[in-house]
Amino acid sequence: MAKTIAEINEKISKGQAVVVTAVEIIDLVEKKGVARAAQEVDVVTTGTFGPMCSSGAYFNVGHSRPRIKIGGGKAYLNDVPAYTGFAAVDIFLGAAAIPDDDPRNRVHPGPFNYGGGHVIEELVAGRDVRLVVSAYGTDCYPRKKLETWINLKDLNEAVLFNIRNAYQNYNVAVNLSGKTIYTYMGVLKPNQGNANYSSAGQLSPLLNDPYYKTIGIGTRIFLGGGIGYVAWQGTQHNPDVLRTDSGVPRRGAGTLAVIGDLKQMSPRWLVGTSMLGYGCTLTVGIGVPIPILSEEILRYTAVKDEEIFAPIVDYGEAYPQRSPEILGEVSYGDLRSGMILLQGKEVPTASLSSYPGAVEIANMLKEWIIKGEFLLTEPVAPLPGVEAGITFKPLQERPIEEGD
Amino acid sequence: MAISKRVVLHFPPRLVEQPIIYRLVKDHNLVLNILKASVTPKEEGLLVLELSGDRNDYDKGIRYLTDVGVRIQSLGQNIVRNEARCTQCGACVVVCPTGALAIDPKTRMVNFYEDKCTACELCVLPCPPRAMEVHF
Ligand code: SF4
Ligand code: SF4
Repeated sequence: MAKTIAEINEKISKGQAVVVTAVEIIDLVEKKGVARAAQEVDVVTTGTFGPMCSSGAYFNVGHSRPRIKIGGGKAYLNDVPAYTGFAAVDIFLGAAAIPDDDPRNRVHPGPFNYGGGHVIEELVAGRDVRLVVSAYGTDCYPRKKLETWINLKDLNEAVLFNIRNAYQNYNVAVNLSGKTIYTYMGVLKPNQGNANYSSAGQLSPLLNDPYYKTIGIGTRIFLGGGIGYVAWQGTQHNPDVLRTDSGVPRRGAGTLAVIGDLKQMSPRWLVGTSMLGYGCTLTVGIGVPIPILSEEILRYTAVKDEEIFAPIVDYGEAYPQRSPEILGEVSYGDLRSGMILLQGKEVPTASLSSYPGAVEIANMLKEWIIKGEFLLTEPVAPLPGVEAGITFKPLQERPIEEGD
Repeated sequence: MAISKRVVLHFPPRLVEQPIIYRLVKDHNLVLNILKASVTPKEEGLLVLELSGDRNDYDKGIRYLTDVGVRIQSLGQNIVRNEARCTQCGACVVVCPTGALAIDPKTRMVNFYEDKCTACELCVLPCPPRAMEVHF
């Protein structure tokens, strides 16, 4: 059994590594037991493919002649506003940004047809995108207006940088109120008419490495169809939550911030997404390889949907009012059956995260590793764990008095 | 001349609690077969009907519905899934009232059974990547 990442990489380079997906490992462990499986398997691949709102990309668009200082001005990509608080020609586009003239929820529920996530998808697909800039003009950057087509291949840098992705577990959303509501968890029918969930469950990266024993800062990953890296823990990373006896979080817990070169990604795995009545976002494909360094690590990867529990939350009242109350817990095994029992009522379930997409990502990553095209990295620093003492703080509002 | 047509009726919230279907049958001499109904008080109601009767009665019935403010959509239009945009998430399965969008329990793929689709359009906006397209 390979004991270090360096040894596993050697096997990968020689085309000898044994790689299975986080689904395949479940059967393998059932057949052969943890010890044998840990001896035979070098890498377990995970995957997730769902809407991830805290995603975005930054671009260096190159200098025009005469020069323009976009920094501090206004910039739009296909009418979607980008952030310009950087130097002359660096801009950041968030997946949730929407055009200034989008009707939003003026007629509720607003459709949110086009936003930052869609611009990112179009750029990755190689389509031209309109860049419109207004600036204030300086002695060294005299120009005040710029309108031009841009294309991903001509940009100096185009980097996907998502500050919170791959949530380790998530809420199951229902609506106890008497009217349909339109949320980031999809359309929720009244009187618990449906229950929507959003996790790849047994395939989800951080649910296969619940204590972040292998996934750390610098881990090389599948990102948007290309190669990316874990840059940091994601925002709201909150490891110290209720866990099952085998360590699996029963609530939303860890998150990842990820980064990678947009130019080698694919529109198949970065899909502009519209949540009716809520806003725009980006559906992102992520896959993380887990090196089997010990039996313990292997045991974690064998987790199955029946052993992963998520809290059921009322998005009609409890969620918007930030009440901690949950309606119970349910396993992903039950969620995937298509129907759950909630307060004595059968409630149909729907997923926002694509299970077939997650399977495909785990398989692609597996192929890359088997072919020797993708080597594993040693994390340069671990993600903060349970012991880090992180608490997920709410905003404590302090009224601003006149004269303050 | 007798005809029979399938139509989708969208009732604005203010009409949901009115006896419109009763009047349609009584005053216009039409036979109806309800294929699908989805009504929530104070929200838009949806009714998929097969309407049969004399051509003249049918036309008058449709005019009556339009006049009171029901939006009518004929099933002559098609819903097509843009397979390249569908991410196979499954958000649509709880929205579709006819089971035309359903998950294969083995592969977990979201299948679209066109023969079951009544073109009610309920899935069009809730589909996050907007893969369900209305074609005329
Ligand atoms: S909601 Fe849209 S993207 Fe998701 S499975 Fe249904 S058709 Fe496909
Ligand atoms: S239009 Fe969409 S929701 Fe309506 S029946 Fe067809 S697939 Fe189902």
